[in-house]
Amino acid sequence: MELVCPAGTPAALRAAADAGADAIYCGFADETNARNFPGLNFSPEELSRGVDYAHGRGAKVLVAINTFAQAGSTDLWKNAVDNAADCGADAIIAADIAVLDHAATRHPDLRLHLSVQAAANTPEAIRFYTETFGVKRVVLPRVFSVTEIAALNREIDVETEVFVFGGLCVMTEGRCSLSSYATGKSPNLTGVCSPPDHVDYAEDEAGRMKARLGGFTIDCFERGEPAGYPTLCKGRFSALGRSGYLFEDPVSLNAFELLEELAKAGVTALKIEGRQRGKAYIAGVVGAFRKAVDGLSGGADARAAISALKAMSEGGQQTTGSYRKTWR
Amino acid sequence: MQDLHTNLSLPPVVSTLIEPLPRSPIEALLSVFTRRLVARRPDLLRRLGAVVHVPIAIVPDDMPHAFLLSLDADNSRVAICEKNEIGDAEAIIRAPFLVLLGLLDGTYDGDALFFSRDLRIQGRTEYVLALRNTLEEANLTCGEFFGLADAPARWVDDITRSLLAQVRHFASVSAEWSNRAPGRHS
Amino acid sequence: MTVASPIELALGPCLFNWPADRLLEFYKQIAAEAPVDRVYLGEVVCGKRMPYNDPVWPDAIAMLTDAGKEVVLSTLAQPVNKRERNILAQQAAYDMPIEINDMSMLPACRGRRFAVGPFLNIYNEASLRFLAEQGATSWCPPVELPLASIQKITALVPEVDTELFAFGRLPLALSSRCYHARAHGLRKDSCQFVCEKDPDGMDIATLDGTRFLAANGIQTLSDACHYSGLSGGQLKATGIRRLRLSPHSLGMVEVLTVFRTFLDGGIDAQELEARLTAMNLPGPLCNAYLSGEPGWKKTALPA
Repeated sequence: MELVCPAGTPAALRAAADAGADAIYCGFADETNARNFPGLNFSPEELSRGVDYAHGRGAKVLVAINTFAQAGSTDLWKNAVDNAADCGADAIIAADIAVLDHAATRHPDLRLHLSVQAAANTPEAIRFYTETFGVKRVVLPRVFSVTEIAALNREIDVETEVFVFGGLCVMTEGRCSLSSYATGKSPNLTGVCSPPDHVDYAEDEAGRMKARLGGFTIDCFERGEPAGYPTLCKGRFSALGRSGYLFEDPVSLNAFELLEELAKAGVTALKIEGRQRGKAYIAGVVGAFRKAVDGLSGGADARAAISALKAMSEGGQQTTGSYRKTWR
Repeated sequence: MQDLHTNLSLPPVVSTLIEPLPRSPIEALLSVFTRRLVARRPDLLRRLGAVVHVPIAIVPDDMPHAFLLSLDADNSRVAICEKNEIGDAEAIIRAPFLVLLGLLDGTYDGDALFFSRDLRIQGRTEYVLALRNTLEEANLTCGEFFGLADAPARWVDDITRSLLAQVRHFASVSAEWSNRAPGRHS
Repeated sequence: MTVASPIELALGPCLFNWPADRLLEFYKQIAAEAPVDRVYLGEVVCGKRMPYNDPVWPDAIAMLTDAGKEVVLSTLAQPVNKRERNILAQQAAYDMPIEINDMSMLPACRGRRFAVGPFLNIYNEASLRFLAEQGATSWCPPVELPLASIQKITALVPEVDTELFAFGRLPLALSSRCYHARAHGLRKDSCQFVCEKDPDGMDIATLDGTRFLAANGIQTLSDACHYSGLSGGQLKATGIRRLRLSPHSLGMVEVLTVFRTFLDGGIDAQELEARLTAMNLPGPLCNAYLSGEPGWKKTALPA
């Protein structure tokens, strides 16, 4: 199975390539990708150099142009596709019909991957994208159990890629407007979830930290209590007279224990989340999963390296998410 | 490997020793090298975006003073001030000194430090994020900060890396020791 | 396109788990009393509810059709399992107008006319035009899409009828996890259909007690009740031909009547707001998605 790793900066791209990534995904520094955070992402020149570096180490570069083009401004997205092609990218990851259509028409030789943001849930939806735009790989929405992925792979004739580590969207990606409800900005509208300019942390005398998004209190951590990202879906709320994590705890995905099952389910590529993370995360996580994937075919035992990743996870907690049916 | 960092606070004696040191030569030195770095790496200013000109306070928990950082094309400055004099800062970053150093050179992942509460932020979150992501790209090893290249850079980096590793080890051992001492609760 | 025709009213599909007899009673009343042009019905949120409300639809369709309403079958927004996919395939073959809420439905609907629901990610003119070429004749934009964007799209794709989500709690998110079941300490597979307890969704507040969201099985909605107070003239200038009002447990006949009166010029926007506020709304009024601001806010839209 191919190991697909994140890079939010050229330095992270080099770290991923050095740590043994088979492919590295990244995006341009604008609204065309779903990690549109300040200080993150690539200029076309940086991408071009990044592609050279990655290719020099046998890694591919996949460019995420995976937001939905804004009405009246689709040129920004089309240009991003053209730029990615010019930079020598090995594939484009897209979700919007407008972007897929442009890529398929203008760059028929450029490989297309369907982003998780497209939320293609069924063989019918997947076939629509493969038959219409020639999509070669589908990043599966995080709604499936491993058994369901195996069944799905038997019904489709296209590569599948699944997330194995990192931040975990609790809601179906590409179908969530919680962020814009609180802040006016969302992944589909502007490529950000919980935009940092709407996040506010306040710590009181007792060391208790209150996290607010768009003015709404979304969590409150006691002194020393592990924290998570300021996302609504992992906030603490009250309902039915009780308070708690109604949607999901601050927790990250770690599907290490399921790698063998995922391989048997016919999965082509394993994706690590975290374009917003630092080099230390990239090096640690990519290195550990490189070991783990190699371990499947008789390499060294990766368990120690994987268990060291716990501190990288939100709230210091990990889950296998929807891969186990009981999560639902 | 990244573990919980709470053990990375310097023993109080370090703070006591540093307290009387003269601030202005250190300020001047840090400012000069920061300006040179920015001049050498225009890509970093581009990456910083809106944070240019914005004063950001960096407050090491285990040091007597705070740093006030202001970055722009020709007048970047690092000021050392009292911890209660950071009112002008648009954003404040707090963590033990060794944790902050580890963020500069990419030893630690900022998000993981935030999850473990070793790193705390206040004020404009978007500025902290832009600065953090720019530092990630800057790859601020000691050699890079002082503008060294090739062999001298590698030499300085190797020395600082092993020195820092020893200091971190010393800090965690001393923290463990003082936690274990009877009657002490941290 | 007849410019002089008034803005139409549509009743959206009921997103909540109402028992079969309640649903039937509801559509009976709508057929008899409501000034509505188009009615969407069908289970959109959770496939597990289908066996319970399926028997309602033939009768509801007959009643509404007899009353001269245009009935559109709205379909599942997140089909996953084989049973749900089979249902979609059957529905695509029905000889009645259909609304698709997931791309899974598109291949089966190619060549027939269909409506595009608010759950599809259509954010620009190119993707709407693509769907129009496949047979889309009407479109309800995603709730977070601002009017300015809608206007650009309608101007460039005028062949598609545009319908604005104009009343009700905003459908914000879907998940594979059931939050009703989770809140009741159950799992989705053995959920006991606890979502039936909350005919307008389960209220969710922040830790300091501020009303915020509402859960409806695998769906998350806003707590606040969105509404559009744009006049008929403003709507037409934006290229909008129909408003969609989303069913809630308050009197929907009254809500539809108030909107009809407002669109016909019988009352002004202020009076519309006053009359809506006087009803038993599921949450406070909000409208700021229309101006591209945080959806929970209520803002003065340009007159």
